[in-house]
Amino acid sequence: MSDSHAAVHSPDHHPELRHHFMTMEQQQNTASLGMWLFLVTEVMFFGGMFCAYLVYRLKYFNDFAAASQSIAVGWGAFNTAVLLVSSWTMAMAVRCAQLGKQKLLIVFLLFTMLFGSAFLGVKAKEYHDKFVEHHVPGADFSFTEKLLGHPDYVVNQYHAQMFFSIYFAMTGMHALHMVIGLGLMAYLVVATARGKFSTAYYTPVENIGLYWHFVDVVWIYLFPLLYLISRK
Amino acid sequence: MATAVLPPQQRTNYLNAEHGVKSWLLTVDHKRIAILYMLSITFFFFIGGIYALLIRLELLTPAGDLVQADTYNRLFTGHGIVMVFFFLIPVVPAILGNFLVPLMIGAKDLAFPRINLLSWYLYVIAGALMLHVIITGGVDTGWTFYTPYSTAFASPKVIEAGLAAFINGFSSIFTGLNFIVTIHRMRAPGMTWSRLPLFIWAHYATSLVMVLGTPVIAITLVLLVLERVFHLGIFDPKLGGDPLLFQHLFWFYSHPAVYIMILPSMGIISELIACFSRKRIFGFNFVALSSVAIAVLGFLVWAHHMFVAGMSVYAALIFSFLTFFIGVPSAIKVFNWTATMYKGSVTYETPMLYAFGFLGLFTIGGLTGLFLATLGVDIHVTDTYFVVAHFHYVMVGGVVMAYLGGLHFWWPKITGRMYPESMGKLAALIGFVGFNLTFFPQFILGYVGMPRRYYQYPPEFQVLNVLSTAGATILGIGYLFPLVYLLWSLRYGEVAGDNPWNAAGLEWKTSSPPPTFNFDVDPVVDFEAYNYDELKEIPVER
Repeated sequence: MSDSHAAVHSPDHHPELRHHFMTMEQQQNTASLGMWLFLVTEVMFFGGMFCAYLVYRLKYFNDFAAASQSIAVGWGAFNTAVLLVSSWTMAMAVRCAQLGKQKLLIVFLLFTMLFGSAFLGVKAKEYHDKFVEHHVPGADFSFTEKLLGHPDYVVNQYHAQMFFSIYFAMTGMHALHMVIGLGLMAYLVVATARGKFSTAYYTPVENIGLYWHFVDVVWIYLFPLLYLISRK
Repeated sequence: MATAVLPPQQRTNYLNAEHGVKSWLLTVDHKRIAILYMLSITFFFFIGGIYALLIRLELLTPAGDLVQADTYNRLFTGHGIVMVFFFLIPVVPAILGNFLVPLMIGAKDLAFPRINLLSWYLYVIAGALMLHVIITGGVDTGWTFYTPYSTAFASPKVIEAGLAAFINGFSSIFTGLNFIVTIHRMRAPGMTWSRLPLFIWAHYATSLVMVLGTPVIAITLVLLVLERVFHLGIFDPKLGGDPLLFQHLFWFYSHPAVYIMILPSMGIISELIACFSRKRIFGFNFVALSSVAIAVLGFLVWAHHMFVAGMSVYAALIFSFLTFFIGVPSAIKVFNWTATMYKGSVTYETPMLYAFGFLGLFTIGGLTGLFLATLGVDIHVTDTYFVVAHFHYVMVGGVVMAYLGGLHFWWPKITGRMYPESMGKLAALIGFVGFNLTFFPQFILGYVGMPRRYYQYPPEFQVLNVLSTAGATILGIGYLFPLVYLLWSLRYGEVAGDNPWNAAGLEWKTSSPPPTFNFDVDPVVDFEAYNYDELKEIPVER
């Protein structure tokens, strides 16, 4: 549709400048504000689940602690590291886009995708372990682990199951956001290869970068709340 | 501007710039998208209206004779879901806001035109899902989807209805996001924040609520669906879950949603009262900032829907106090509108009649809200027709009155034609009478103890119920009538000039209907909002 408006602009306008903006700068600032606002909505979206987590952790404190202790913290820590590195490669990708280094941009995007996929792979392994341990909420759920330091405490099955319900809802929603992020980066790789971006126009790279960092930050909160908080 | 000498019909405008179904379904023009919204939202308004009609017919007699209890439950649920999610929330922002926000700030379009179109498609997809639910039997949970009934007992249609509301929520989020970014980044040179029309301020505040509140209902509905499908237990007391958590999360959005509905309407009223009093709005800054105050405070009062649901006394006290407090910014608006009319050159065109209707009905709706904020009184009238009457005074008496007023006011700008004035006045009058006859008896019914959501009632309540049903019939005529003469005016209405009301505001400085990019010459703003004292001497063009 932007083609039909081409006549409105003088020929020296950037081809990516859409009809309703005066300058590339205005367009860039607008897109950036839009992305930040979208991330605000995402904060509220995840906020609902953080709220549920908080309510039930306070209500069923010991059972939540026992359930949290049963999660493999090593894999969580590994994934945290992987995701932090992917955020660095994403930041480098944005920097390359700013400097117009298109080939390096593609390389960094591919690395980001690689790390993102590694995260999802580890997550799948963790889910599989939960399945084997009967820690997936449902008819087969059973939680036999004890609360550390309190061998006499009988863990309430329903309350432990609640922890895992929230665990799967939160990490599942996070993983879904990662999958969407990987799809967006695949688009960026193709668009970069086709020469869509330049030093004058790289807004999608920057905005998808913001999105990726957001997904990373969500994990930075999930990791301590789900894995670390109840360990000594 | 060589085109200015052509008669209006021959000018190129957004309506005749392109032709064909494709040019509409793939448009990114905010004005065309507004028209698409107008068609689809009007459709759902009449679907919701049919539900209302069936409900009122059943309540004509004390016995359950027209429908049985199960069907009745589906009727009021359908009425609630359709009217709240598919009419009241989008009606003003998605139709008038979409059309006017760029025009009023001197922009060529909204910041994200394709996301704007996407939001309409999301609305249509959600609406189609909801229609499918309706046709295949409907849900009976009430529009509030309360757990554990919705997750453990009700028909599995709840999943589909929940998804419809979820998808529709994203339509709302995208509209709000678009407005905020547009108002920040797309204003014409000279259009400072203090010169923004109050319609824009109201939409800015509304958009804040849309962007901050809607994601919470989205995740709540996701959890509801997950609970229903996988039995997660988060809201199920049998599994250690807490149904009150659902209610808190639900109302954390759904109370602010009330302000999504009413704030844009208040924006319309500011425009109407300024124009037909020929005066700048009294206390402009206070009216502007009261919108923002309502948006912020609106997030802090949600638990007043739950005073009898089980909550600490201290929490109830705080929520009660905050609910009283949010009456202050609303009252500021009403007082300032009234003060604007004082010594103004008030005229009584159709939009102004709707504005008067709004003022009276919103005031009653708002004041009865204070009754409900009072903890003791609330316990007496919770889940009675008093509550039903209260929120219909705000939602129907407020929002629908304002929407119709705004629709008549901007109809010449949207279509280039005038509506027939005498019929407009008559319809406004019929609507006002019908509305009061429908809902005023319900205050009394509720106060003497008729509960809501029941299909039978003791015979002594019949007189008031008959009055209410008679009123609903009149109200229905008051809504069908504009549909008829507005359609008629598309072809036979008098051709409107660019500014038939001699109104202030950028939207009146372009042609009617406006060209695709809104202004032939990029506007520069060197005047304050509502500069009616400067417009006084200009004779009406019409």
